[in-house]
Amino acid sequence: MTTTAPPPAATPAPVPGRAPAATGRRRSPAARLAARAGGGAVRVFLVLVGLFWLMPTVGLLLSSLRSPADIAASGWWEVFTAPAQLTTENYANVLRNDTITGSLLSTLLITVPATVLVVVIGSLAGYAFAWMEFPGRDWWFLAVVGLLVVPVQVALVPVSRLFGEIGIFETTLGVVLFHTAFGLPFAIFLLRNFFAEIPRELLEAARLDGAGEIRLFVRVVMPLGGPAIASLGIFQFLWVWNDMLIALIFADSDAPPITVALQQQVRQFGNNIDVLAPGAFVSMVIPLVVFFAFQRQFVSGVMAGAVK
Amino acid sequence: MAAETTGGAAGGAPRAEGSNGPAGAATSGPRQDTPGSGRVPAPRTGRTPGSGPGRTREAVPGRRSVTGTRRAVAAGFLLPALVLLGALVVYPIAYSVYRSFFDQSGDSFAGLDNYVEIFTDDTILTAVKNNLIWVVVAPTVATALGLIFAVLTERVRWGTAFKLIVFMPMAISMLAAGIIFRLVYEQNPDRGVANAVWVGVHDTFAESAGYPRAHPLPVHPLKAAGGGAYITKEPVRAGAPALLPLVGVAPADLPGDARPAKRPEAGGDGRITGTAWLDFTRGGGGKPNVVDPRERGLEGLKVEAVKDGRVVATATAGPDGSFTLPASADGALLRLPESNFHERYNGVDWLGPSLVTPAIIGSYVWMWAGFAMVLIAAGLAALPRELLEAARVDGASEWQVFRRVTVPLLAPVLAVVLVTLMINVLKIFDLVFIIAPGSVEDDANVLALQLYRSSFGTDAHLGVGSAISVLLLLLVIPVMVFNIRRIRKESRR
Repeated sequence: MTTTAPPPAATPAPVPGRAPAATGRRRSPAARLAARAGGGAVRVFLVLVGLFWLMPTVGLLLSSLRSPADIAASGWWEVFTAPAQLTTENYANVLRNDTITGSLLSTLLITVPATVLVVVIGSLAGYAFAWMEFPGRDWWFLAVVGLLVVPVQVALVPVSRLFGEIGIFETTLGVVLFHTAFGLPFAIFLLRNFFAEIPRELLEAARLDGAGEIRLFVRVVMPLGGPAIASLGIFQFLWVWNDMLIALIFADSDAPPITVALQQQVRQFGNNIDVLAPGAFVSMVIPLVVFFAFQRQFVSGVMAGAVK
Repeated sequence: MAAETTGGAAGGAPRAEGSNGPAGAATSGPRQDTPGSGRVPAPRTGRTPGSGPGRTREAVPGRRSVTGTRRAVAAGFLLPALVLLGALVVYPIAYSVYRSFFDQSGDSFAGLDNYVEIFTDDTILTAVKNNLIWVVVAPTVATALGLIFAVLTERVRWGTAFKLIVFMPMAISMLAAGIIFRLVYEQNPDRGVANAVWVGVHDTFAESAGYPRAHPLPVHPLKAAGGGAYITKEPVRAGAPALLPLVGVAPADLPGDARPAKRPEAGGDGRITGTAWLDFTRGGGGKPNVVDPRERGLEGLKVEAVKDGRVVATATAGPDGSFTLPASADGALLRLPESNFHERYNGVDWLGPSLVTPAIIGSYVWMWAGFAMVLIAAGLAALPRELLEAARVDGASEWQVFRRVTVPLLAPVLAVVLVTLMINVLKIFDLVFIIAPGSVEDDANVLALQLYRSSFGTDAHLGVGSAISVLLLLLVIPVMVFNIRRIRKESRR
């Protein structure tokens, strides 16, 4: 690979084959000036991009803090010149709204079990794939890896039929099972690889202490897998919390999760921003808290889940 | 016991720093979470598959069961996962494939009819085309932005804060993002920020005063000049103020900062001054052709001085309606060009049929550029610094370093990001479902949306819905094969 490019006339000719760090400092004053000006431009650019990226969210936040009349009359940026417009009235209304509060509870009732189940079932299988011997182990694991990229869409019709037959269509249990199943390939993939790196000596030592398979799993493997389990858990939690499509189809229409409840509001978009904006913000609070509190785990979960 | 071993293992686990193979982030769990290592791990394709040095503990023979597990126990550990995967993932694939060959009722075999319909039915064909646009444009733009941001944030101290802001949309639901962008794209420039900005920029370059129904009265010194413009009946003279009165503007339509019109005075230095104002006093009492106290200026009105059909000078009325023309306009006729009387520019119809897909792609890029940025930044952190530094020492400019060194070295990471985003975009549903208003849903259609509509919505046809889902599956099979081969290669070593 070519790493050198023709040098600009202003800089001294390169020494072929030698690149000591010392010469790196010795740049012409003009080049340094250009670099500094460039650095300034980069900063300005990044600040502008950052503001640009924040603007849509800020717009929603400020809209959620204005009265319906103000929202109808003018844009959220008016708040900067008329801060007196800010009111928490919309939030009070939304939190008094049984549909919204009920849907938050539904979301929680779906998200928590779907996360716990994926972690538990995924850990069991991940451990089995990592440290147990059984015929065709590697083939089974490859099959699971193959399932990583299966789109959920392929299962919507068949599973809704299946759930209909066993009577769990449009129930919380159905949504939870669906999310668990589609979270499993990634969970197994991530945890198997993580567990496989546990030093063999640790497991052998525990075994010598007389630990059985289950004890070994609960007392050694699970605690050691903590970091990976945390990444997985956070990733899955956000995934399920933020899901709309699966809930739209499988969730109980009398107790829809927040995404579905808000989606129904979107159909009336225009004259209900005083409900939609605070509702959307309420739905974002938990994910954002989780995101800011567990950034590192989230990032590694996202990176590991790149194939999903 | 467990508590004691935990700490030991976390610190003692093999730190495959820099030598992690293709499975990077996922397989190198203990490394990325080693206490104190604040850096994000390199993404799994930090290298091309198979190029990295062997993994510490990957080879199958080295990882025999420590416990001599009985098969029944292994089966017990695996059973819940396999049952769920079998019933809710594998069986549905088979069923969808099967169902896709049957007609709407599901009773009679339809061969490939459903697949043919995907590519012949107009609505579905729009979905196919849109999906193609999505898959090409969205990942490319998101990855390009991610690359730019990742490279630039390396140079500033508060790069982390920037990354946090750009990455944050990843944490929220597509539904929330959809609501956010419905708001951004609102048509009314007084409410939607996209149009507010757009109109602002537009008016800076091609301002329309926006007085659609303004016109002079017969007693006014103006007459129609054809094509919607008005022109003075008499030439203007330096030393005599020019009067340009108009009526027909609702006071509420005046710009918010319109001020009481300035009483016209003759300008000095041979210049020509005048006032353009709304010659109408609310509640009556005003006299025509006289600037009465409560009458306001027509801000932004354009005035052209015309001599022998040529424009010799132009001016724009200020908030008090006053304007000044240079001495060269002496003896010219003053014309109010037709552009003064257009409707005010109202911005772009972002969510109209032609722009709705690019607009929604914009919201997707807003959500996912951060993802690309974080993965690329991790890849960047894993690059050998010496190479970059060597290129700089050899006199390469920053751009050359970026173009000839950084990007080629990052190629594997960029490929992963692109492929990941493509898979993701292939199944795009929520954003389109939420942002596209019902009236343009057909224009914004994508495969996953059509699948939803065919399977559960108004277009009910399970055969077509299943065929679309099989099509989506077929499109990801190359990635599936790639993943499987990569893992096999790893475990053979």
